[in-house]
Amino acid sequence: MAFDSLSEKLQNVFKNLRSKGRLTEDDVKAALREVKLALLEADVNFKVVKQFVRDVQERAVGQDVMNGLNPGQMVIKIVNEEMVRLMGEETTEISLQPGKALTVIMMTGLQGAGKTTTTAKLAGKFKQKGKKVLLVACDVYRPAAIEQLQINGEKQGVEVFSIGDKNSPVNIAKAAVEHALKNSFNIVIIDTAGRLHIDEEMMAELVEIKSNVSVHQTILVVDAMTGQDAVNVAQTFDERIGIDGVILTKLDGDTRGGAALSIRAVTGKPILYAGMGEKLSDLEQFYPDRMASRILGMGDVLTLIEKAQEEFDEEKARKIEQKMRKNEFDFEMYLESMSQMRKMGGISSILGMMPGMGGGKMPEIDEAAAEKNLARTEAIIYSMTLKERQNPSLLNPSRKRRIAQGAGVDIAEVNRLVKQFEQMKKMMKQMPGMMKRGRRGGMFKGLPF
Amino acid sequence: MGEEKKGFWSRLVAGLGKTRDNIVSGIDSIFSGFSSIDEDFYEEIEEILIMGDTGVNATEAIIENLKQKVREQHIKDPAECKELLIHSIKEQMDVGETAYRFEQEKSVVLVIGVNGVGKTTSVGKLAGKLKDQGRRVVLAAADTFRAAAGSQLQEWANRAGVDMIGGQDGADPAAVVYDAVAAAKARNADVLLCDTAGRLHNKKNLMEELKKINRILAKEYPDAYRETLVVLDATTGQNALSQAREFSEVADITGIILTKMDGTAKGGIAVAIHSELGIPVKYIGVGEHVEDLQKFDANEFVDALFNVKI
Repeated sequence: MAFDSLSEKLQNVFKNLRSKGRLTEDDVKAALREVKLALLEADVNFKVVKQFVRDVQERAVGQDVMNGLNPGQMVIKIVNEEMVRLMGEETTEISLQPGKALTVIMMTGLQGAGKTTTTAKLAGKFKQKGKKVLLVACDVYRPAAIEQLQINGEKQGVEVFSIGDKNSPVNIAKAAVEHALKNSFNIVIIDTAGRLHIDEEMMAELVEIKSNVSVHQTILVVDAMTGQDAVNVAQTFDERIGIDGVILTKLDGDTRGGAALSIRAVTGKPILYAGMGEKLSDLEQFYPDRMASRILGMGDVLTLIEKAQEEFDEEKARKIEQKMRKNEFDFEMYLESMSQMRKMGGISSILGMMPGMGGGKMPEIDEAAAEKNLARTEAIIYSMTLKERQNPSLLNPSRKRRIAQGAGVDIAEVNRLVKQFEQMKKMMKQMPGMMKRGRRGGMFKGLPF
Repeated sequence: MGEEKKGFWSRLVAGLGKTRDNIVSGIDSIFSGFSSIDEDFYEEIEEILIMGDTGVNATEAIIENLKQKVREQHIKDPAECKELLIHSIKEQMDVGETAYRFEQEKSVVLVIGVNGVGKTTSVGKLAGKLKDQGRRVVLAAADTFRAAAGSQLQEWANRAGVDMIGGQDGADPAAVVYDAVAAAKARNADVLLCDTAGRLHNKKNLMEELKKINRILAKEYPDAYRETLVVLDATTGQNALSQAREFSEVADITGIILTKMDGTAKGGIAVAIHSELGIPVKYIGVGEHVEDLQKFDANEFVDALFNVKI
């Protein structure tokens, strides 16, 4: 997950702080020195780090940190607040023109940031919201860039406007907007060629597009792995052509993504979306405040809860709960709870969002193996008849043998699952309180991972 | 060649101007602002290296090394210390003489890296260069994932006038490599250049795919000289180290192509990678044309980095 290593670092620092109970001024300084190193290693720009550390120290010293009841918590609170302040407190969306009016969005960025892929992802997002989207292929330089956009556009089911690579991007953009107005499109997304921020000629081209076409939103696409230079890139693009927002790509890598903090700090422009994978659907809303708390190792529990709420079918959940209460929990329910969990992104995704459970923290759990295990369990249950699922006591050795064959597993595995299931049932019986504390906690406890 | 090289380096210097001006003015102010070598002096150097993406660990190692030398050689003058610093980084980054052996051998070059670093472009440029040297080149378009990646490489193949072996979109890249090896043998090619799909190094399946490609090469083309180049984007920060580390887990990496050196990023991470993994930078990319792929020169690289007059 994106910010794990940084989370770990900070957690280690604060573990030391917590264990002392009461802080001396030297402790604060030592802690902030660690915070500084951790942030630098996360690629947060040096100047941003410096400012950040200064702010925190100022605030920490100004308040009665040393005399506070829980000094460790106090420092965390201040660091967190500053982090949130830097990242921007609110989620922002690309603002569209009112009603059905045409919104023109221009995508810009360095080479290889992921503009063309992100353009297609954005198109999918808008299309889902019922907008009529037109993609415009203005990268006339990179070989096959137009074709790439055309293929991706086709996959998303949106029209791609192209008049080849012989026209200037300015003319292409103008013609595209005309086409869009004539055919009542709601959104035009212009995919431009990657360019260096110091390439005067190429930067002028963007300025020219902007002065010939009314661009409502200029988006800077930035690779989340960018180092110290992120600040220069973002600042120059903002100064030369003016940007309205940032999309951070490749956040599904293991980068700590400090660039997010830097860009935000120097441009003040919001980060709108995060690219989280190679599939055209992998574009997620960016939650700056949660990202900040994730940096601090508080986990992204909020996202977990929200995801759970979104995906969890309330009706089905209630049924499972009732059955559990009555101790009628059966394999059908077991299957249902498993698929609910998968909707939330599978084990790895859920574990990644738990505080202190970033990939690095749990080397002993092989996520791929756990997912595989889950699939086997599913296969076993699917090999049962409906009656068997609803009434597991039917399962005699002969039936178990049949199930094992059907699922392609050893009979011992079937036995293990049945045993596990019985234990789970027993556990539920013994702990009626568990259900009241939160059905989600209960639901996951018995699952085989 | 010498003429062209000069043009390139001055272009690089011009390109890097803005940021390097920051660094250099930083460096100069240190060396002029300090009359003696003390902790503050070292701390300033530390900051400057970190600003160049060298990373905390490598920077600390460099400073330790510097301190030791200063102690041993009884250096008192900050300017002399600057010389020492530049010299030691140059020494470390030196490529060595056998680095480009694959250009002369019957060889297969596997080019790998994360998404968007410039693999296809680098392969295209390398094909053009080798062809100019009179080598017979075959390209393998093993990026069957990204839309139109094959067409992009085909364009480069046309420009260079070399053959390219491709596959259907979504085809097994290992199968493309297999076909390409057969074609390279049949056409008696000197160099087989394999472009691969961008993959984030933390994606297990994709890394397995890379291993499979490696196995195919080892099995089908055992007598070929192997060169595996990882392409890194100079703009990338500390993650480049983790990329190099993870890729060397699945492939025997012999060198780095450091791209996008014509921006304001300084690629200091290459120094960190060299200290931790010992992988040398062999080429740098400074633009979109064939001649913009250059052999790495440690002296000029470090000089340009610290803006020493060439």
